[in-house]
Amino acid sequence: MFTTYKRISFKLNGQEVIWEVDVRKSLLEVLREKGLTGVKKGCGVGECGACTVLIDETPTDSCLYLAVWAEGKTIRTIEGIAKNGELTAVQQAFVEEGAIQCGFCTPGLVLTTTALAESGKDYTPDELKRELSGHICRCTGYQKIFSAAERSLGQEHHCACGHHHEE
Amino acid sequence: MLAESPQRKLIAGGTDILVKMQHQPVVEQELLSIRKLTELKKIEKREDGTLVLGALVTFTQIANEPILQESVPALVDAAISMGGPQIRNMATLGGNVCNGATSADSASTLFVLNARLHLQSAEGKRVIPIREFYLGPGKVDLKKGEILTEIHIAPEDYRGFSGYYLKFAMRKAMDIATLGVSVACKVKDGRFDEVRIGLGVAGPTPLRCTEAEAYAQGKMMTAEVFAEIARRALTSTHARTSWRASKEYREHLVEELTQRALKVALHRAGGVYHV
Repeated sequence: MFTTYKRISFKLNGQEVIWEVDVRKSLLEVLREKGLTGVKKGCGVGECGACTVLIDETPTDSCLYLAVWAEGKTIRTIEGIAKNGELTAVQQAFVEEGAIQCGFCTPGLVLTTTALAESGKDYTPDELKRELSGHICRCTGYQKIFSAAERSLGQEHHCACGHHHEE
Repeated sequence: MLAESPQRKLIAGGTDILVKMQHQPVVEQELLSIRKLTELKKIEKREDGTLVLGALVTFTQIANEPILQESVPALVDAAISMGGPQIRNMATLGGNVCNGATSADSASTLFVLNARLHLQSAEGKRVIPIREFYLGPGKVDLKKGEILTEIHIAPEDYRGFSGYYLKFAMRKAMDIATLGVSVACKVKDGRFDEVRIGLGVAGPTPLRCTEAEAYAQGKMMTAEVFAEIARRALTSTHARTSWRASKEYREHLVEELTQRALKVALHRAGGVYHV
């Protein structure tokens, strides 16, 4: 017989939680059912990155991650990024650069950028693009997203016209 | 557990199987997750130089591993070319191979490296060359109750070689190869000592261009030789038309990209070619 439900415990946005989850469901589905609707369902097959969450600080497509695998992990979603209503530097950079249009790709991009910023590593513009390449923005506002990521990492490239450009 | 009910399907990173299941929600399938087998997540270089990659090694791990960057850079090229960062964080090398796709980015390079697959079942263990593992599109020689545990690369298959993997796709990331070309070459006294060419999406399975390889041996590195290697590479292919590209276009890519990949490999070796 199939075991259909399993009790799992993990850390979600800093809180220990114990959930009863359907073993067939993705982490994306379970998080959204629990009200964490900042985790967006885009394609559902790992192509768009809208459902990205940080699992042990690693950006992961939650649509291709079974909820039961979360046992013992530390998971962060967009709901756990701002502290006491204060935006983080990464979120602030997205606002200031106008890196948000419809906003559907934003939670995932903020999470990936947060992981990059917290890694303490430096990224060349090409490397940064590669790190962001698992996200699709169908408004196609990529340049502003890229500028926001650069600003988040303290790696802005200014030129005489006052706008941010990639190298 | 697999021996108990062999109809169970193994799941590792899940980036192929969960996509398939998303597309066919009606099919009932029992999954057996092997992702907690930490002993299969290791990359090591044995004393004799053999590289051992556990089946659960992720593409991110391969991309960041100094041992592989130094010994088999083409495999690192292949790992970085696959999917996007989130997929590379989850997807495993063993899964890429066992999924049996001709477009698997790691496969053509593993063909070039004569990778040997270690397979384990309740009955015992067997080792087979990767070229014998691929039986057809999506079909590999994995018996019921069997699991791929390790992928071995012998020192004589990478030492002295310079390699490169060239992926041709419509996008720079998050795309499936229209054609994948992996090459390795050894140079001696200004001539090709050995050339190996592995292709993905040039036939129903990844393949080696044996005729071109045999021709290249001992040849000078001239434009004519490059062109002839590329022409002979075509004889090993069975490209077909799909929505991604026509047969003719893929064949054009084989001729063009084999030469380009070889030139990059030579450049990496610090070699000079007369083109």
